[in-house]
Amino acid sequence: MTIKYTNEHEWIRVEGDVGTIGITQYAQEQLGDVVFVEVPEVGRKVTKGDSIAVVESVKAASDIFAPVSGEVVEANAGLADTPGDVNAEPTGKGWFFRIRLADKSELDSLMDEKAYDAFVKSLS
Amino acid sequence: MRYLPLTESDRREMLGVIGAKSVDELFRDVPASARLPAKIGGLPDHQGELEVERAFQALAAKNLSPSEVPFFIGAGAYRHHVPSTVDYMIQRGEFLTSYTPYQPEITQGTLQYLFEFQTQVTLLTGMEVANASMYDGSTGAAEAVLMANRVTRRHKALISGGLHPHYRGVIQTTARWEGFKAVVSRPDIEGLEDLIANIDKETSCVVVQNPSFFGHVRDFSKLADACHAAGALLIVVVTEVVSLGLIKPPGEMGADIVVCEGQSIGNGLGFGGPYVGLFATREKYMRQMPGRLVGETVDADGKRGFVLTLSTREQHIRREKATSNICTNAGLCALAFTVHLTLLGEAGFKRLAELNHAKASELADRVTSVPGVQLVNESFFNEFTVRLPKPAGPVVEALAAKRILGGVPVSRLVPGDPAAANLLLLAATETATEHGMAPLVAGLKEVL
Amino acid sequence: MVQSLDRSQGRAGSPAGSASAASGTFTGNRALQIEEPLIFEMGQPGRCGVDLPEPSKVKDRLNGLRRKGEIGLPGLSEPQVVQHYTRLSQKNYAIDMGVYPLGSCTMKHNPRINEKVARLTGIGDLHPLQPVSTVQGALELIDTLAHWLKTLTGMPAVAMSPAAGAHGEMCGMMAIAAALDAKGERAKRRIVLAPESAHGTNPATAAALGFTVKPIPANERGRVDLAALKAALGPEVAAIMLTNPNTCGLFESEIVEISKAVHEAGAYFYCDGANFNAIVGRVRPGDLGVDCMHINLHKTFSTPHGGGGPGAGPVVLSAALAPYAPYPWIVKQGDVFAVKEDGAKVDGAPVGRLKAFYGQMGMFTRALAYMMSHGADGLKQAAEDAVLSANYIMASLKDTMTPGFEGPCMHEALFDDGFLKDTGVSTLDFAKAMIDEGYHPMTMYFPLVVHGAMLIEPTESQAKEDLDLFIAAMRSLAERARSGGAVEDFKAAPRFAPRRRLDETLAARKPVLRWRPSNNPPEGDPMQQAAE
Repeated sequence: MTIKYTNEHEWIRVEGDVGTIGITQYAQEQLGDVVFVEVPEVGRKVTKGDSIAVVESVKAASDIFAPVSGEVVEANAGLADTPGDVNAEPTGKGWFFRIRLADKSELDSLMDEKAYDAFVKSLS
Repeated sequence: MRYLPLTESDRREMLGVIGAKSVDELFRDVPASARLPAKIGGLPDHQGELEVERAFQALAAKNLSPSEVPFFIGAGAYRHHVPSTVDYMIQRGEFLTSYTPYQPEITQGTLQYLFEFQTQVTLLTGMEVANASMYDGSTGAAEAVLMANRVTRRHKALISGGLHPHYRGVIQTTARWEGFKAVVSRPDIEGLEDLIANIDKETSCVVVQNPSFFGHVRDFSKLADACHAAGALLIVVVTEVVSLGLIKPPGEMGADIVVCEGQSIGNGLGFGGPYVGLFATREKYMRQMPGRLVGETVDADGKRGFVLTLSTREQHIRREKATSNICTNAGLCALAFTVHLTLLGEAGFKRLAELNHAKASELADRVTSVPGVQLVNESFFNEFTVRLPKPAGPVVEALAAKRILGGVPVSRLVPGDPAAANLLLLAATETATEHGMAPLVAGLKEVL
Repeated sequence: MVQSLDRSQGRAGSPAGSASAASGTFTGNRALQIEEPLIFEMGQPGRCGVDLPEPSKVKDRLNGLRRKGEIGLPGLSEPQVVQHYTRLSQKNYAIDMGVYPLGSCTMKHNPRINEKVARLTGIGDLHPLQPVSTVQGALELIDTLAHWLKTLTGMPAVAMSPAAGAHGEMCGMMAIAAALDAKGERAKRRIVLAPESAHGTNPATAAALGFTVKPIPANERGRVDLAALKAALGPEVAAIMLTNPNTCGLFESEIVEISKAVHEAGAYFYCDGANFNAIVGRVRPGDLGVDCMHINLHKTFSTPHGGGGPGAGPVVLSAALAPYAPYPWIVKQGDVFAVKEDGAKVDGAPVGRLKAFYGQMGMFTRALAYMMSHGADGLKQAAEDAVLSANYIMASLKDTMTPGFEGPCMHEALFDDGFLKDTGVSTLDFAKAMIDEGYHPMTMYFPLVVHGAMLIEPTESQAKEDLDLFIAAMRSLAERARSGGAVEDFKAAPRFAPRRRLDETLAARKPVLRWRPSNNPPEGDPMQQAAE
């Protein structure tokens, strides 16, 4: 299992050729109380960098960009009822959607945990 | 100058604190080429209230006032009696001079009346949610089409020939520059148009008006079903909101979005503005609505309160991805609407609608007693179309010369169409009287 | 990611400090602050606030579509209606009550003569579709206002129909799109440049018209970086959208070079006129090279904000864009005013119609009354007093609070939250504490280019003593925040307003946008409590 991070504060946890994607602890802190998450449709094909989801808090709306290319195989329907899961467990039950990766080599350009932690430190 | 509190002595003191010798120093970033040597020429100097009032009275004297002559004009703006209370309430400084309720703790007055307004709009239209008002009905209609395009991800709108020509014009302009297709139908003079066959898999919405521009009252339930079967939305426009007191509302016909012009309630004719757009839809489309929304919540002490909500759809947050570029609503006009409708209540609103229909029925019978005048409509609410034996434009001018405001020639809004040339739109509200109808009938007899 | 905002706002139950808000009265009221139910909770069948005559009996001509059943509107008598809305009004802050320092909104005094003339018989009661021969005075009024707007801005033409600032932006950008179309360049020029400090309506408008919005960076002086702008200009750029003075309250000193560069690149210059109050009567945007500019009559020209509207946003246009002004066109033919409506032949190619009828006539009347009251001399003085007042505030507070940029400002003073660093008090908390001091907060978190922005615009309408008290209050709050011992008080603010902080998270997660019988019953019903 691999976990990688983007500089847009998304994490992707890859098992086999399916990656689960969500936003990081830092991201949910910045956003504040999440009120709504717009997740992509299952079956949608995306290219790395496409705007694929939207996460809304009371005073802000942020685009989520696909960290890798592939096809959406599952979306977290539970977020419709409890968007607060994103704040409570951003890396657990607050996941957004799952992608079947088209090209695993795209993961190489993403940050590992150490690099991401350093990146977050550099922001403050 | 009465509006400027700072004295010369104040200004000197303030400049001293700032550390500038004159106010010109504060304008030092203005390029030299753009610095005006003196006040702008070609405009008068300041005046007192008396002079200003006189200037406006002189302008008013050059107009023929509907309050003073027989009056039968509708076509999207209707003359109703607005109770005195309304104007006093909207002129309270706390309403007149307050701002958008971005700080809800000290704007619960505005937020609560808008919540009441939103509720009233859903009740009148038979829909599930409504926003806190649009600029007017015509821009609301265009926003409704944009919303249907977003919801269906399609780009072709079918526009009924019964839609007010100005509303059609606004939608066409929006289509032309914002990149979608508006397919417009011939003017539906007889009220028999059937758009069902025109709906296909590319249709985002069908836009109809009830009562139509020509006055016809129709049931759009079958049209709604046909839209839904094709994955399209039905948008129903209502330009005379008082009609909802007597006619089956669009929500009960299966409409997906309802846009009304609310001017008839609380807001006078005002030469065309400001008016108030009502916008209502189904709960499942709530997040796709343009405009402001007021929602209920609680405060830190657990007390019920109201706030602007779902703001992330709007321009100040979503910027280029907003549902609309809209910022302002119709605030004070919405308050006028709410106060007037609250005064009317269920019984008053229904009775007002009955009165309008009764007056229009009476007018229809009387004008058709004039030789050559034929009633086009089988159904109407408070406005109908008559066919004259000659072009209606000059007839209306001749009546105006007699100080009678006898309706609108359809050719004014549907120019260059021979079928429209002899048609006259006449409206009668609860303000119409014998003293108005008799001169109109006599005038028509003379002029025709 | 979007800039960080205070996260504790809107959470019910957050630390309320020692001050309990329990009213301690039987009714739940606190003297003049009355707890007010909704009309739906007050109505009774059998009550009505109007007396209408019995309709004559006529046969229905409604195509069998008579409405059945209850609409659900409550019945109230006139006294109840007056009491209800009067009590609601007392929960509102307003310009009539004092300093309303909302940056970028120009909360100046709303003169009452404006209200009087707007209601005159023969002005307020005209129908827009009366024969044109019967409304010559109304058309003259619009034409006169148009003349003032053109003269004050130094522009040759003006489109009067847009209903608000954002609508005006749409009008101006449509005119630009039309001009490009006429030159065959619409498909090529797809980019619109706008600073990150721009008001959200700017990119929203551009995107709606199919343009791609690209940012123009600012320099350390808070103004457009001219070199970066020149680098960004090219054959794909349709227009720039700039506010001047900009949203940081600063005049774009290089604006003439900016407009030159834009025009040389074949693009157009849209100016957002929201901040016109800083320069009206002293500087003409036409002299700065703008191609079109919307004017917020409800800002610079005192038409009332009315709780959020109505507004009016006429757009002045250059000679290049004038042909594309929307219908209707009001033209003078000799001594007579004529109206050119949809499809009519005019000396141009209108983009179409943007709104039914003529536009916001009620706001035209009020704005013209304001202009005539001030005159050219008064308008110039108003702009100077507005700029003077903002600089007075900036100079008085710059050692206590942290200005966003160095040097004098125009009509609004921008601070950031640097002075609150390590205090635990955020811009939001600071703003809520201002409420308890009797002020509406300044604009907060806008523009986005400084952290925790506080944008203060006093306007020319405040007496010096009122400015001094405001300054002293702000200084006191800043010192209390830095003293370290008052964080809980700030978090608990406002304590004395009709409502404490409201739970905006709940409102967005579980939207309740209308009353229903099943909604929560009104809070603190004293009769119910007495019964329990």
